[in-house]
Amino acid sequence: MAMASNHLRNLTRISVHRILHHRFQSLLNAARFFSDAASSVPQPQPNQQSSPPSSLKDYELAKFAAIADSWWDSEGPFKPLHVMNPTRLAFIRSALCRHFKKDPYSAKPLEGLKIADVGCGGGILSEPLARLGATVTGVDAVEKNIKIAQLHAGLDPVTSTIEFCCTTAEKLVEEGRTFDAVMALEVIEHVANPADFCRSLSALTVPNGATVISTINRSMRAYATAIVAAEYILRWLPRGTHQWSSFLTPEELVLILQRAGINVEEMAGFVYNPVTGRWSLSDDISVNFIAFATKSNSTE
Amino acid sequence: MNRLMKKTISNVRALKIPRKYFCTEGVKVAGSTTGEASNEHEKKQAINKIIPQYDIAIVGGGMVGMALACFLASMPMTKQLNVAIIDSNPALASGLHIKKEDAPDPRVSTVTPASISFLQDAGAWKYVEQNRHAYFNVMQVWDYTGLGYARYNARDVNKDFLGCVAENKVLHNALLSCVKDSDFKTTIYPLRLSSMTLNTSSMSIVEENTNSVEPSSAQGHGAKLQLSDGSSLYAKLVVGADGGKSHVRELAGIKTTGWNYSQNAIICTVEHTSENVCAWQRFLPSGPIALLPIGDKFSNIVWTMSPAESNSRKSTTEEEFLKDVNYALDYGYGPRPTSGLLGTRDMFSWFKMDAAISTNEFFEIPPKVTKLASERMVFPLSLRHANSYSSKRVVLIGDAAHTVHPLAGQGVNLGFGDAFSLSRIIAEGIALGSDIGEVNLLKKYEAERRSGNIMMMAILDGFQKAYSVDFGPFNILRAAAFHGANYISPLKKSIISYASGDHKLPIFL
Repeated sequence: MAMASNHLRNLTRISVHRILHHRFQSLLNAARFFSDAASSVPQPQPNQQSSPPSSLKDYELAKFAAIADSWWDSEGPFKPLHVMNPTRLAFIRSALCRHFKKDPYSAKPLEGLKIADVGCGGGILSEPLARLGATVTGVDAVEKNIKIAQLHAGLDPVTSTIEFCCTTAEKLVEEGRTFDAVMALEVIEHVANPADFCRSLSALTVPNGATVISTINRSMRAYATAIVAAEYILRWLPRGTHQWSSFLTPEELVLILQRAGINVEEMAGFVYNPVTGRWSLSDDISVNFIAFATKSNSTE
Repeated sequence: MNRLMKKTISNVRALKIPRKYFCTEGVKVAGSTTGEASNEHEKKQAINKIIPQYDIAIVGGGMVGMALACFLASMPMTKQLNVAIIDSNPALASGLHIKKEDAPDPRVSTVTPASISFLQDAGAWKYVEQNRHAYFNVMQVWDYTGLGYARYNARDVNKDFLGCVAENKVLHNALLSCVKDSDFKTTIYPLRLSSMTLNTSSMSIVEENTNSVEPSSAQGHGAKLQLSDGSSLYAKLVVGADGGKSHVRELAGIKTTGWNYSQNAIICTVEHTSENVCAWQRFLPSGPIALLPIGDKFSNIVWTMSPAESNSRKSTTEEEFLKDVNYALDYGYGPRPTSGLLGTRDMFSWFKMDAAISTNEFFEIPPKVTKLASERMVFPLSLRHANSYSSKRVVLIGDAAHTVHPLAGQGVNLGFGDAFSLSRIIAEGIALGSDIGEVNLLKKYEAERRSGNIMMMAILDGFQKAYSVDFGPFNILRAAAFHGANYISPLKKSIISYASGDHKLPIFL
C-alpha cells in the first residue's frame, strides 16, 4: 500500500507533454520493453461468440487449460508482464479514483464502474479490475485467449463474473455498448488504423467517461529495446511482433485521441530496473508509456 | 449435502468444547459459521459442495499467527478479508483467562520498541498493559572473566525504555482479545492440518469437470486444506505460522538449513525481595544466563548450558538451584568486572568525546534471587532457517521461517516483524487487485524480511559461538570488544537500536 501511495504522489507530478530523450540505450535496459498483446493482434475471426467452457469438448478444454497455465504461470514466459501488472494498475487505480471521485482507501474502489478491457489476452488486467470491484467486459479478437481467460477467471467467484467476448472494439460499437472506462493496453500498436481504433474507443466511452491507453513510443530507444532486444536478442517475442513504423509517439497519440473527442489528462512512463527486476512509474515516456484520457461531455 | 454439513458440525461438537465458547463475538468457531453461512450463501455453498472458501488460512494461532490476524484487522484494505485460523489449542476458541495474581508463567518474551509500536498501531498493546508486564530502561551485559562489561541505557538512544518483558500468555491473550474486539471475520478451527493440496491447476479441474455438469467455478480457487476431522477448506493464501516444526513448511516441500546447538536452555520464574528493573545478561563458559524483570518482584531466568548440566539442574532441590543461580549471576566462574582492568578505559578514552552517557555508569550487581516461583523448563537450542519463505499460495512467518537462539529474546520480534511486513504486502496486493496468493507478491515479503532475519540470526549465532570458547587470549579480545562496544558511542547506539528492532541493518554507518 505504501508503494501504491508513492505512485499516487508521483503521478501528480507527471504532465502531458514531454520532450523525448533519444539517448543511447544499453542492452541491460533491453528488458524495459514488454507487450502483453503479442498474441492479440486483431485477425479476421469467425464472428461467433465464444461458448461457455461447459459446452466445450474435453480434449479442447485440456488443450486450452495447458496454455492457460503458461499465460498465468507467474514464473513462466509471461513473467515480465506479471511483474509489470501491479505498476500499471497503480496508475489506473489512482487515475480512475480521482476522476470518478472514488475512495482510494477502499478495498473495492472501482465498485459501480463498468469497464471494458479491449485486447484482454488471458485476462491479466481484467481480473485485478474485477477484484477492485469493477464490472468488467474483456474482449479479444483471438478466440484462444478468450477461452483461456474464461477458464482462469472461473476459478475465483470474484473474477468469474467477468464477461469475456471474442470480438473487437468496432463490433462492440456496432452493438451499441458503452462503458464508464475503456482500457486498451498494448493494443494500439497492432491495429491497422489507430485513428479508427481511437474513434471506436471514444464511441465505447460514455460522456465524462475515461479511456486508458498504453503503448510503445516510436523512439530509437524503443527500437533498440522493443524490437532488437526483445525480438532478436532476448527472444521474448516472436520476430515480427512489432513494426517500429506503426508505433505512435505520445504527441501523435494525444492528437489522434483529441480528434476522436478524448482529451489526454495524464501520462506516465514505465521503466524497468534490471537489478531489482521491478517496473516503476516514471516521467520517462521514451519507451513504454500509459495515458489517461477523458471524454468531454459534448462530443458527437 | 446436508448430511455432510451435519457431519462437520457433529465433528466439531465431538471435540467437547463448551457451547458457550462458540458465542464469542467477532471470532467464530467453525461449525457454527458453516451453519449460518449456508443459509446466507446457499447457492454458493451448494456449488462449492459446502467446502468453505477463505481468503487466508493462518495455520498456527500462536503469538505470531494472531499478530498477523491483528494487523490484518487493523488496516482498511485487509479488514474485509475472510480468515480461517487453524490451531488445535483449545484456549484459542475458549479465550485465555489470565488472572493478575497468578504466578508468572516461565515462558516470556522481550518485546522491542519496534514491535511495541506495531502492536500499539494495531490496538493490541493496551491489552498487554492491562496485565503483568515490565518495561526496562537499563541493560547490563558482562562476562565471567571479569574483564569487561557494558551498560546500555534507553537514554543513549533517546527512548523511554529498551524493551518490555511480558509473559507469552499475556501477549497471546492481548492479540486474541484485539481480534475478538474488532469486527474482523475470523473462523477458528480447533483442529490440526493433515494435508494440503496446492496445485489445483487448471488441468486437474478439467479432469474433474468432465464428469460433472457444474462449470469450472465449482472448484475452489487456491490451496485445499484437509483437517484432522476430515473436513476441508479452500484458501487463496496459506500462512504457516506453526512454529519451528512447521507442518505447512513440510507440506509445501520447503527445506531448512540449520543445526542444533549441543545446548539446552533452562527457563523459570524467580522472586526477589525487591523489584528488579534492569535486564541482566552474563556470559558464562557454558553459555549466557539472563535475568529479565517481568513485573512485581518477579524475574525470568533463561540459562543456557550443556544438556547434562541442564538435566541435573532441573532435578536438584530449589535451594541448590537458587544457590547456583546467584553464583552464576554474581561471583561464580570469575571475578566481578572492575574499571581500569587492562587499561581498557584509557584504551578507549579517545572516544570519550562523543561517548554515550551510560559510559560513566558503574558496574552493578544484579539483585539476589530468593525464591523459585515456577517449575523449571528445559528446551534444546537450535538454529533453523527456511531456504525459502514463500511458494505459490504458501508463505511462512515467525519460527516456521526461522528459529533463533533465544539469547536476546529476538525470536518473537522477528516473528512480529514478519507478520507486520506480510500484512502490508497483502494490503498492497489488494489495493492493486492482485491475487493474494500470487508468488510475485509473496516474494516481495520474502525480499523484505529475509536479509534482516539472516543478519539477526548470524549475530546471535556469533555471540553464542564467541562465548563457547574459553581460551585466555580470546577472552581478553572478547573483553576488549565489550569495552569497545561500551565506549564507542555510535557503535553502542547501533547495537541498542538494532536490538530494539529499529534498524534494518546493523551496519553502523
